[in-house]
Amino acid sequence: MNEIIESRKPPVATTGILGWLRANLFSNWVNSIISLFVLYILIQFIPWILNWTIFAADFKYNFNGEEIIDRTMCSRVLDPENGGACWAIIYVRFYQFMYGFYPREEVWRVNLSYIMLAVAVVPLLFDDFPFRKHFLKFTYAFPIIAFFLLNGGLGLQEVSTNKWGGLLVTLVLGCTGIALAFPLGIILALGRRSNLPVISMMCTLFIEFIRGVPLITLLFFGMVMLPLFLPEGINMDGLARVLVAVTLFQSAYMAEVIRGGLQAIPQGQYEAARSIGLSYWQMNMKIVLPQAIRISIPSIVNTSIGLFKDTTLVIIVGLLDLLGIGRGALADTTWLGLAYEVYFFVALVFFIFTFAMSRYSLYLEKKLKTGINIGAD
Amino acid sequence: MRSNLSFFSDEKFRSIFFQTLVIGIFALGIYLIVQTTGHNLEKRNIATGWRFLSDPAGFDISFSPFIDFKSTDTHLDVYFVGIFNTLLVSFCGCIAATILGFLIGIVRLSSNWLLSRVAYVYVEFTRNVPLLLQIILWYSILIQLPRIKQALELMDMFFISNRGIYSPRPIFENGFSFVFIAFILALISSFILRKWSKKRQDETGKQFPVALTALGLLIIVPLVLFFILGSPLSFDFPALKGFNFKGGMVIRPEFIAMFLALTIYTAAFISETVRSGILSVTKGQREASSSLGLKKSWIMRLVIIPQALRVIIPPLTSQYLNLTKNSSLGIAVGYADLVHGFGGISLNQTGQAIECMVIVMATYLTISLIISAFMNIYNKSIQFKEK
Repeated sequence: MNEIIESRKPPVATTGILGWLRANLFSNWVNSIISLFVLYILIQFIPWILNWTIFAADFKYNFNGEEIIDRTMCSRVLDPENGGACWAIIYVRFYQFMYGFYPREEVWRVNLSYIMLAVAVVPLLFDDFPFRKHFLKFTYAFPIIAFFLLNGGLGLQEVSTNKWGGLLVTLVLGCTGIALAFPLGIILALGRRSNLPVISMMCTLFIEFIRGVPLITLLFFGMVMLPLFLPEGINMDGLARVLVAVTLFQSAYMAEVIRGGLQAIPQGQYEAARSIGLSYWQMNMKIVLPQAIRISIPSIVNTSIGLFKDTTLVIIVGLLDLLGIGRGALADTTWLGLAYEVYFFVALVFFIFTFAMSRYSLYLEKKLKTGINIGAD
Repeated sequence: MRSNLSFFSDEKFRSIFFQTLVIGIFALGIYLIVQTTGHNLEKRNIATGWRFLSDPAGFDISFSPFIDFKSTDTHLDVYFVGIFNTLLVSFCGCIAATILGFLIGIVRLSSNWLLSRVAYVYVEFTRNVPLLLQIILWYSILIQLPRIKQALELMDMFFISNRGIYSPRPIFENGFSFVFIAFILALISSFILRKWSKKRQDETGKQFPVALTALGLLIIVPLVLFFILGSPLSFDFPALKGFNFKGGMVIRPEFIAMFLALTIYTAAFISETVRSGILSVTKGQREASSSLGLKKSWIMRLVIIPQALRVIIPPLTSQYLNLTKNSSLGIAVGYADLVHGFGGISLNQTGQAIECMVIVMATYLTISLIISAFMNIYNKSIQFKEK
């Protein structure tokens, strides 16, 4: 008597692609108009940009098949209607963009450092990396190796830093700034939270001062004032002076981020550490800091992204980083007027680095949320 | 020896000892730096003191909308022009970035997938490219606009060229100040009106059309006065004479590039704080207000935004501070702000690096402190008041 009625299929318009379209693009008439409008603009814009950057662009040869050696041979100069980007300027100057004016016979040293940088950084980033412990030993030694490798000494020919440029300077500034600012930031953060009024006040003043002025004034400070402060006989080259400024700048921001992490550690952790008889330094090194740094790593990565972008400011005090090399290429009369290509390329390189860093920071945040609980419950 | 040790393990003694030690090292460091600096300055024949501030600058500044600057003016005038230019671009940038940032933040949460994706792409692309590069890029686009001779015309009043946007300049005649005063009075009375109507609504539940009345006050009162006084306002139109425009006023490409880049860059960051602020309001709030029967737009305005603002304001403050500090990048395109005008050209001309840098840094610190003080007051006023 009782008969089970076959369940009906869901309406076509609520599942599959159609359902998705309806829910996300055409849920009501306002949404539909907006979607169509945005779609129209994208249809106009995307093919144009793809065409300009790839399909109609010159890479090494122009549309006549000639190898491009100056701007007059670019397709877009010969045929402004149809020609796309002229990437030949990047192709011809690629060496400069990567290494600056580093001597060509010594360039293997830079390449080796790039590879070693990757080997040093990747195990640091992922804590399930195989044999991480042994790789980390290399990570700690890497700055010293890289210094001698890039700068010379120990039998290697010396390459003065004013020959460095392009991505090399960008990476040196970014990595050294972050690496040096990290321990300094920890000390400043601990100092600011110290019970000793003099130390806490001095750290607070330093941090707030640095955070209150623009980086460019600190770079000027490094460039024009630092030489006046140093006794005769001590000469620092431009890169070193800029590094001092960048490190001071970054350490103040790092300190605030780490302080945030320290504040998140429950008071009980401090009391427990004290009650088992640990000294101030033991308590911080063994109990508090490992937890505090772990929760502040996503923010540390975020300030590091900021620093990495800010390294472009060094072109104002005359160093040739990636952007500086780009501007130099544009000032050359053989390549005049190819600004969009150069800026697009530089932007792309920065985007790759910073986007990867921000993805990493998101990944860490997710891992922290799902991972074991930090601190006492 | 033993007594010494126990002295050292005394916490009070140790704390005083370490702090005195730190002060001592710090003082010694300062003393050494002052000594070497004095020696170095003497050796390089660099003058010291503040007298250079009253020396004539000897250079021109292309963009100085508030102060009429001539090359015979002093370095102190350069400083004031710099402050004005810094504040001008920061102020315009903060307002525009807030509007754009809120818009994009809300769009990113839109139920329209396409729209929110476009906003996401915008945010990722502008956030991850250095600001300096964006400033230079905008500038290089702007200086490729047509030359003055072929300037684009808009209604015979605005001329867009690679030397900037020329527009009519308002000339305020006698009596315009009354219109201005009327406007200010209307502004104050609309604030009072708003307070009164809110109080009345709290007590009696009766609503008053505040927005409409305020709009009427703000527009009609000054407008009526304007016509009664016989339109005391005229415009000076720019006209092409020879190689350049005469008359009118001009917004230079340096300013436009700075403004666009700062706005677009900071708006991306603001949109993220707005988005996380709105997401921080729990779903229950939205459901509760729609079960009360509030309209969709009211839910946003009366329930979500006021609560989200509490989360948004602190990071928004630091974005304003960042924007103001980032305005110092004007030096890359020759925008005569504090760093470029006073910290750059004046410093190079006088060679008095220490004095110039101290003034510039102190000024930025002051501006930062003022902005954070204002935002703290605002932040306090919107925080949840516990009764």
